[in-house]
Amino acid sequence: MSTKAKTILRRILITVLVLYVIFLLGPIAGFDVPSIAKAIQADPRQLVQFIIVGVANGAILAIIALGYTMVYGIIELINFAHGDLYMWGVFSSLTILSLTGTLTTKDPVHIIWGIAVALIFAVVFCAVVNVAIERLAYRRLRNAPRLAPLISAIGMSFTLENIGLIWAQQSWIVPSFGTTGGASQKDYPDLLSRLFQGLGYNVNLLASSGLGLRLTIKDLLVIVLAGVLMISLRLFIQRTSLGKAMRATAQNRDAAKMLGIDIDRVISATFLIGGGLAGAAGLMAGLYNGTAWWFMGFRAGLFAFTAAVLGGIGNITGAMTGGFLIGLLASFSDGYLNARWTEAWVFAVLVLILLLRPTGLFGEQVGEKA
Amino acid sequence: MSKRSFVLISVLVAASMLLAACGAGGSAAKTLKIVSSLPMTGSSLTQTQTIVNAEELRLAQANNQACGGKYTLAYEPWDDASAAQGQWDPAVETANANKAAADPSIIAYLGTFNSGAAALSIPILDQAGPLVMISPANTYPGLTKPGKGAPGEPDKYYPASVRNYARVVTADDVQGAVDAKFMFNNLGVKTVYILDDQQLYGKGVADVFEATAKSLGMTVLGHEGIDTKAADYKALMTKISTSNNGQPPDGIFVGMVIDSNATQLLKDKVAIMGDNTKVKFMGPDGIQTQAMIDGAGASTAEGIYASVAGVPLDKLGPAGQQFVKDYEAKYGKLTEPYAVYGYETMNVLLKALENVCASGGDPSNRKQVRDAVFAIKDFNGVLGTWSFDANGDTSLTDMTIYQAKSGAYTAVGTFK
Repeated sequence: MSTKAKTILRRILITVLVLYVIFLLGPIAGFDVPSIAKAIQADPRQLVQFIIVGVANGAILAIIALGYTMVYGIIELINFAHGDLYMWGVFSSLTILSLTGTLTTKDPVHIIWGIAVALIFAVVFCAVVNVAIERLAYRRLRNAPRLAPLISAIGMSFTLENIGLIWAQQSWIVPSFGTTGGASQKDYPDLLSRLFQGLGYNVNLLASSGLGLRLTIKDLLVIVLAGVLMISLRLFIQRTSLGKAMRATAQNRDAAKMLGIDIDRVISATFLIGGGLAGAAGLMAGLYNGTAWWFMGFRAGLFAFTAAVLGGIGNITGAMTGGFLIGLLASFSDGYLNARWTEAWVFAVLVLILLLRPTGLFGEQVGEKA
Repeated sequence: MSKRSFVLISVLVAASMLLAACGAGGSAAKTLKIVSSLPMTGSSLTQTQTIVNAEELRLAQANNQACGGKYTLAYEPWDDASAAQGQWDPAVETANANKAAADPSIIAYLGTFNSGAAALSIPILDQAGPLVMISPANTYPGLTKPGKGAPGEPDKYYPASVRNYARVVTADDVQGAVDAKFMFNNLGVKTVYILDDQQLYGKGVADVFEATAKSLGMTVLGHEGIDTKAADYKALMTKISTSNNGQPPDGIFVGMVIDSNATQLLKDKVAIMGDNTKVKFMGPDGIQTQAMIDGAGASTAEGIYASVAGVPLDKLGPAGQQFVKDYEAKYGKLTEPYAVYGYETMNVLLKALENVCASGGDPSNRKQVRDAVFAIKDFNGVLGTWSFDANGDTSLTDMTIYQAKSGAYTAVGTFK
């Protein structure tokens, strides 16, 4: 038997095995096709609602996943500290919102400039931190065995988490952190709804449409902001000379170096952009979900990593698609299956992809990776 | 050996003998150690800190002594939470129990806060003497009451076949039932959706609630465990918002502690289904803490209900009033409901130690302390006059329901 036939046979076997396990264990985890079909039929509007929630959460995951995938594309390192950098994005924006007095104000103008300042600060802050992390923890290990930078990344992740834990105790900077210590979830006020109500609008943009659907200003802002960020990133990678240098470095670092590309500068730029995106995702998640928690980066990081793998790690389009797919999967699992199994379903996808298509959905278009 | 060094050594030996003699004369009182094991990392800290304060207060009132000064009492508040869990951590609680079991000077273990934690430490301490546990806060019925928990409970927690666990707080076979009756009778809730955090305590109280709700004739639209580390629950709340034939339910009951992401759950509930006047939101004592209101934001939390065993602080008897006065003089305004239970655990333990001494026993003997605790009858404490039954449960059955109003919990009434 040829090697190719063997591979195909093995894949078929794995698929059958996996499907068998899903059908065997699925009903325990709420995977009951007839009842799901019935639920969709009974109320199709709910399906739309789950899609809105899934897309908004997926947009945040997609932006985090971009940071993973860009770094992987260029230095083949899974930057485990990235999820925690996103948590720093949440905390840094919350801190700025508190310092500018935005958390307590009702004045719409104040809220708008407060959020704008917080966004800029979170983006710049996380970008700079990410570059510093690369300089400190990864650059010296660039030619070391691949396990070394990975362990260094895990170390950075713990460092960021524990600084986050201390950060969340500093109620003299952010009074709303309260006195419960750093480990508890902190309130991230729902400023967008407050802004909209202050201006006299309904928070639900579809309230007067009579469709019975809910699309809030928060959903819209998250989706639009994510879309803008993704399109600008794509344009940047495709059109600018630095973007071209990034693509070249991703394809072949040594060849790029021979052609006169400053590799260190390109890698720093990658970390800068990835970090900035994490900062933006942090502000978006804070405003959308309303919670700041020192450990939130861990879960978000795992989901975003799954999204990046699903789309094909190293591939930008893949990371975006993967983010949206994971967001939708989590939303459908919460809605139609059983909320306690959502995490299991998401990681089942990770296992399946690694087993069946390790290159991910878009993995073969290497030319696009950056 | 030179002559000089011989003299030096002789002097040293003589001096050390002299010091040893002084030491023996100076510390005639033997030290007994009491430890508590409560989650002091995470949102529950708001509650547990007041428990520790109250226990220290009671001990200070006794001048850290027992049996007329024959014994010195030392108290150590241990933390059974880890930052990584953000709440009580099974590994830490087990380590605490093992540490206590191995230290012979420890004569009582005041804990735990979470019923799931108690389920781990009871069997360890049961085989260590047994070392008596008195909990200020565990409410899962299966820990003590036969037939009220899962099959095999509570016997599986007591491998030494002797009870070592008592609690001063009323269990959830009362709490879950009172909550269901309150929602049905007082709030007019006919349809309810139940969520829990999949822990022993949270699921336990939710199960009792469900059974009572069904027997009252309420419609239980669903009962689900949640992922306590999820970023949000908007999809789940969307599902619940149409679970009642396309309409939201009349009420949502959450069986959980504050650390199980309860604030996020409430935020998403309010975002999808509006404030708490239309769709009622109620939980057990695990969310009756200021941290719930602060974490969710006062306007989001406005109108939610939570129940706690016992009567409100201002309805306590004279001894209870005195406690509140003493507490506030030392630690500031008291709003958390568990401080008084913390005080009572130390209170009843000291009483048991006095009883051991009075009957000529040895309070450093764990078994004698255990027997004295279980023998407590008609105890005149800050909660009123009450007894431990053979299971180690209190004879008190009052439950108070609180409602969040303008950023603080306010008592609505006391029920049985």
